Amino acid sequence: MENSYLDMELLRFTTAGSVDDGKSTLIGRLLYDSKSIFEDQLEHVANSSKRRGLDHTDLALLTDGLKDEREQGITIDVAYRYFATPKRKFIIADTPGHIQYTRNMVTGASTANVALILIDARKGLVEQTFRHSYIASLLQIPHLVVCINKMDLVNYDEEIFRSIQLEYARFASKLNVKGISFIPISALHGDNVVNPSENMPWYEEKTLLSTLEQIDVSKTTSAAVRFPVQTVIRPKNDTYHDYRGYAGRVAGGQLAVGDSVVVLPSGETSTVKQIHLMDEELSVATTGMSVVVSLADDIDVSRGDMITGITGSPKLQQDIEATLCWFSRKGPQPRSRYTLMHSNNEVKAMVKNLNFKYDVNSLTREGVDTVSVNDIINVTLRTNKPLITDKYAENRTTGALILVDENTNETVAAGMIC
Amino acid sequence: MVGDIEQIERISLKESTSHFNHLKELEAEAIYVIREVFSQFEKSGILFSGGKDSIVVTHLAKKAFWPAKIPFPLVHIDTGHNFPETIKFRDELVEQLGVDLIIGSVQQSINQGRVKEETGKDASRNWLQITTLLDTIEEHQFDALMGGARRDEEKARAKERFFSHRDDFGQWDPKNQRPELWNIFNGKKHKGEHFRVFPISNWTEMDVWQYILAENIAIPSLYLAHYRDVICRNNTWLPVSEHLHVGEEETIHNKKVRFRTLGDITITGGIESDADTLEKVIMEVAAARQTERGNRADDKRSETSMEDRKKEGYF
Ligand SMILES: Nc1nc2c(ncn2[C@@H]2O[C@H](COP(=O)(O)OP(=O)(O)O)[C@@H](O)[C@H]2O)c(=O)[nH]1
Repeated sequence: MENSYLDMELLRFTTAGSVDDGKSTLIGRLLYDSKSIFEDQLEHVANSSKRRGLDHTDLALLTDGLKDEREQGITIDVAYRYFATPKRKFIIADTPGHIQYTRNMVTGASTANVALILIDARKGLVEQTFRHSYIASLLQIPHLVVCINKMDLVNYDEEIFRSIQLEYARFASKLNVKGISFIPISALHGDNVVNPSENMPWYEEKTLLSTLEQIDVSKTTSAAVRFPVQTVIRPKNDTYHDYRGYAGRVAGGQLAVGDSVVVLPSGETSTVKQIHLMDEELSVATTGMSVVVSLADDIDVSRGDMITGITGSPKLQQDIEATLCWFSRKGPQPRSRYTLMHSNNEVKAMVKNLNFKYDVNSLTREGVDTVSVNDIINVTLRTNKPLITDKYAENRTTGALILVDENTNETVAAGMIC
Repeated sequence: MVGDIEQIERISLKESTSHFNHLKELEAEAIYVIREVFSQFEKSGILFSGGKDSIVVTHLAKKAFWPAKIPFPLVHIDTGHNFPETIKFRDELVEQLGVDLIIGSVQQSINQGRVKEETGKDASRNWLQITTLLDTIEEHQFDALMGGARRDEEKARAKERFFSHRDDFGQWDPKNQRPELWNIFNGKKHKGEHFRVFPISNWTEMDVWQYILAENIAIPSLYLAHYRDVICRNNTWLPVSEHLHVGEEETIHNKKVRFRTLGDITITGGIESDADTLEKVIMEVAAARQTERGNRADDKRSETSMEDRKKEGYF
């Protein structure tokens, strides 16, 4: 008998919706109905509900983490939740819905395989729906699951569901996503969350949980080999006197012993001699694996360099066009310098040109003179040294960057290379 | 919570290299984070409590730098209220890995008058650890310390970052955390500030146990069920030791217990259990209806006690 636990895949999803669409209730419901809630947690929540004078246990309280939030009754930061079914382990990045917290949405979306978009059946598509969907598409989350919630408040009416579905599908044709599912639910009562709904016999497709269990999450990165070097390992002990290994996490394609490789930026070529995960010798390392690679030739490789395949080379460039989500109150100042972090590398960068701004509600481009917090802009960056880049659309790791303010050390922007 | 728990077998992670299961993905993520710590900071260490989570972080650090030695010292903030088994385990591990051990002693902080011991029946040295920890960071000029905290442990931790920024006073500001995008970690800081880093943020208690089993990692025997003298207090079994004040109305029982977390011996409660092998522990964890911190008196004090301690600079 196999230990099924070792066969589980990991699925990361983010949740988004406007305030009061029922996001916290939905997550609470998922955790509760999939039996991931412990008695002491439930007891806490039951007590808090009573203290607030509620007549039912408010499952939303399960996910509201911090004291301030509990006092204000709103979610204000990204919180991570975990649950597992026999098929998968799930990581939920629960992000708040207010306009000013786009930064958290982007953060949650950056590592997600699936975005869960919540719509209140009574309200239909609202400004936040467009914004969230757009961010999910911009961050290249492959799948969207659109939950039309509070169906109980519209008499579980199929027509209302269908018209929202139609309107969303029309809007989504402008988005860059692989797949979209639509599910009518009641987070409060549990319809179609984990258990199929008796109130909506007209809906014959999968519940939310089975949708999440079955979505294909196989790695969809391009085949081009990318191995950014994190650190060089030189044990200098007797057994491994001359050993020199390059530690990193495979960011694209797969590396196999015997493969010819090119080390960038130097452009020197060599062959993969060994791949290690501690004392375990591997013949292949696939995308996502953290390993140590040694090469047949003695060449100079250091942190920030990249080992790549001989085909499908990345670009080496100093003028980089990127879409930025701007996080800081202070917009980019002409000629001000930032530290740019990208694929275990760090360079100095300036915003050379502000190209255009996106209207996130209509996805149209508009002129840009000032940049404020939460704006999404297209810029040209100039770096003091060449970066080894891919387009974000081709690789979510080697196409991603952040800008750090040199004075405050704050992360002021998330960037996707175009 | 997890399927087929009755038939858990010891399967090596190595045997299933054909696909990338979730434990391997979590392992790869943690190793990546640990290597970033090494690369981005000048002086870092692993906060080592002797508990399973810090043991797993230490194991991951070994994997991250092999065949070189772990390039960090282990840092133990010692309440002086230890299970003797924990100290023995710690010393053997340090010896075997050939790493340095740095001990920050709460007793010493008390002797030096840096902190004042709590009194009374529920007295604990939990809050006192904060001062000792911050003093140790200052004395050794650490700019990053790794810990085994997991986001699934507690509500306030659910919002913690992998790289968690601490100000001059070692404090955590939950409203002003840096966004963490993709796998790019911003470890930039001003002088005097430091980071706490949590490589196994995304692991659950179940993941930790499964990993210990799959990787065959040694853990203190306290985690497996054994007979010991205990008293019942606040609905948990507290171990009798020289540090525990047993009240007249309290009776000592000899029970078969195991511990789900190992902390200060005066406040860490055991649960009655027959699970005397790792496999059995995993079956119990899968069937558990209480979180592992449910047995810690320090978290029971108030609903937000963890959050309050964290803001002050706790682990
Ligand atoms: N009737 C009904 N109310 C719901 C449903 N889902 C959420 N609510 C209620 O809507 C309000 C906001 O929900 P909450 O989960 O806190 O929303 P959030 O701000 O998106 O996290 C609460 O009063 C919920 O009880 C639903 O499916 N049906």
